[in-house]
Amino acid sequence: MSPTRTLPHVDRVGIQERVDALAKRSIKGEAKREGLLLAISMLDLTTLEGADTPGKVRQLAAKAVTPSPAYPEVPSCAAVCVYPTMVRAACDAVAGSGVHVASVATGFPAGQTPLATRLEEVRLAVADGADEIDMVISRDAYLSGDDARVADEIEQIKDACGDAHLKVILETVELGSYDHIRHASMLAMDAGADFIKTSTGKAAEGATPGVILVMLEAIRDYAQRTGRIVGMKPAGGVSTSKAALGVLVLVKETLGDAWLTPDLLRIGASSVLNDLLAQYIKTETGRYGRAEDFSRE
Amino acid sequence: MSETTTAPQGTTTNGREPAAVATPRAPLRWEYSPAPESTDHVRLRERYGLFIDGEFVEPAGGAYAPTINPATEEPLAEVAQAGADDVARAVAAARAAQPAWAALPGLERGKYIFRIARLIQERARELAIVETLDGGKPIKESRDVDIPLAAAHFFYYAGWADKLAYALPGDGVVTPRGVVGQVIPWNFPLLMAAWKLAPALATGNTAVLKPADTTPLTALLLAEILQEAELPAGVVNILPGDGSAGAALVRAEGIDKVAFTGSTAVGRDIQTALAGKDIGLTLELGGKSANIVFEDAALDQAVEGIVQGIFFNQGHVCCAGSRLLVQESVAEQMIERLWTRMQALRIGDPLDKNTDVGAINSAAQLARIGELVGAGVAEGAGLRQVSCALPDRGYWFAPALFTEASPAHRISREEIFGPVLAVTTFRTHAEAIEKANNSPYGLAAGIWTDKGSKAFEVAAQLQAGVVWQNTYNHFDPTAAFGGFKESGFGREGGAAGLRPYVRQGA
Repeated sequence: MSPTRTLPHVDRVGIQERVDALAKRSIKGEAKREGLLLAISMLDLTTLEGADTPGKVRQLAAKAVTPSPAYPEVPSCAAVCVYPTMVRAACDAVAGSGVHVASVATGFPAGQTPLATRLEEVRLAVADGADEIDMVISRDAYLSGDDARVADEIEQIKDACGDAHLKVILETVELGSYDHIRHASMLAMDAGADFIKTSTGKAAEGATPGVILVMLEAIRDYAQRTGRIVGMKPAGGVSTSKAALGVLVLVKETLGDAWLTPDLLRIGASSVLNDLLAQYIKTETGRYGRAEDFSRE
Repeated sequence: MSETTTAPQGTTTNGREPAAVATPRAPLRWEYSPAPESTDHVRLRERYGLFIDGEFVEPAGGAYAPTINPATEEPLAEVAQAGADDVARAVAAARAAQPAWAALPGLERGKYIFRIARLIQERARELAIVETLDGGKPIKESRDVDIPLAAAHFFYYAGWADKLAYALPGDGVVTPRGVVGQVIPWNFPLLMAAWKLAPALATGNTAVLKPADTTPLTALLLAEILQEAELPAGVVNILPGDGSAGAALVRAEGIDKVAFTGSTAVGRDIQTALAGKDIGLTLELGGKSANIVFEDAALDQAVEGIVQGIFFNQGHVCCAGSRLLVQESVAEQMIERLWTRMQALRIGDPLDKNTDVGAINSAAQLARIGELVGAGVAEGAGLRQVSCALPDRGYWFAPALFTEASPAHRISREEIFGPVLAVTTFRTHAEAIEKANNSPYGLAAGIWTDKGSKAFEVAAQLQAGVVWQNTYNHFDPTAAFGGFKESGFGREGGAAGLRPYVRQGA
């Protein structure tokens, strides 16, 4: 029998009011231009399909390294994020570019496989060259109240990562409430997460502004309590430039400018990249490009 | 915090020697670019007269005074200053118009009021900009709070106009007071005009309204709207002017009811002047409202509520949560959270859409805030004030809080009416209630706890006209608003807001 869980208090109405207020920030001119480039540099450009092939991954990786050949000031994305079987292809494709390779190990997205196979999956992905691992927490353990097992698994997976960075996916929509999201955030950070991440992108709902804000507040409190700085990765649902800039606003006003770096903030997405590029080109030329001006991978 | 901690670097490469590494990003400050609301389409007249009997007219004494933008000290327009003769003329116009207005079926009165509400919505952007120019409040507040709520009040009371018999006690016969004199403050100029006029008109009264001398412009734009709505002449008269015009109005012959929102000192003077007369009176006065944070509150949302409670409209809010009572077990971390949050407040150009805290309304108010803050320091409370660049011109006061504000300190007892919070601690429920009630005022209170039963238990024992639970400074036309003790009497808003405008038991 696990000890009784004490949940922190998060007020849903208050969270919604705060994110509504921050959604009204006006991002114009130079702030928009800078923000779009910043968001691109934070992207974990992702493909997680059963139909992924090395060819598809190579194309995605090329886009991550050079999102816009015509605009060399557009930075590379932070990483490509792929299934473990695609890690090798991804590593070859980004070699030398500084773009990282992240892999969703641990029985993604459900996590309903034995711990031993999840650990082995992590080791294999790291051995193949992944330098970032995106794991899912065991929602079965969390929802049955077994915090100790959730934490223990994260610790073991962190060990299996070696030098690779560990992002811990909470799959927030399955946790039920903001109180639980905040509690699980603390659990993951205490167990050694380098990043906490909202969602797999495979569930009904992903990174809503409210969920992001709750997790950012947890990161801030954790840093105050322990001095350790943990990163944030919203994923799933950030599909427009406006949403991506909204993430930057939430982070800036909750954690401060120090978190506005790809070392501490990632955005897990794929389709948003072309929208960010379209908006960027609009700020540079005053015109929106045609759909066929943007490469599709 | 964030400046002093080193970030772990996500710089491990993927097992291969990089041929070319991305340039390391220099530490970045991502600043919002200025986003000023355009004022291009706002056309203020150079001069505004008095609005009497449906027309803009010259003041009898010929006096005009400039109204200025407190963020720049630039004049915006010349505004007529009403004198005693003008008051008499306006009251006479209202008196003449009253019988016909009261005789209209409620449904017809309601149509006029609906029309006013819709015209406010149509001109919302212009009204918001003028409110911000004239008063110094952030455009996001005038745009999202003041103007929509003003329209909502007219909509709400328009709906009551033909249903008064259901809202009021008695046999279904509703007798209006007659001519009402209304004096409003400078903190929510158009909204306060709406609070006063909408219930008065719905119940068949005619009105003479005096806006505050530092913020007359939106009331005068409202006069234009009344013309456009073809409200019968004399039903509403608007007399800009200083305190002497207000004093003349509340003492004018032929007034049947006075409604005043403003300071407790002026409220006392009005009550004295009306003593022994058959004149209805409602007073909505000052406050020193307590925001009570229990240890089991959602602390981060409580911080937002405290910020909303005291820094909304630069603290120029009669129900501002200006006393923070925080349970001692969480006091230290609450103050640190609050202080951290205060660093993120954006202070400056009120017209910028990203501004959180605008300009102080007037030089006189700035001096008053400075005087009380000085008293707090002298009495030994710990002052913390946000350090930020403030514009060179205009009236500015950076948000501040006092820690260890003892209940005896002036800053804990007197209304500062500025962005200054007095923080004190409590140990038990009983002490929280006692401290919250230990004030000459009793306008509002906030309770922050995750436990519903505790919130209701505490709320029932607070002497405050409004108690917010896990939120603060939320207003709605359907909710009654008003004070206990020296915060005044009478209610505005909701069905209760109709009562002061009718003769009870007539």
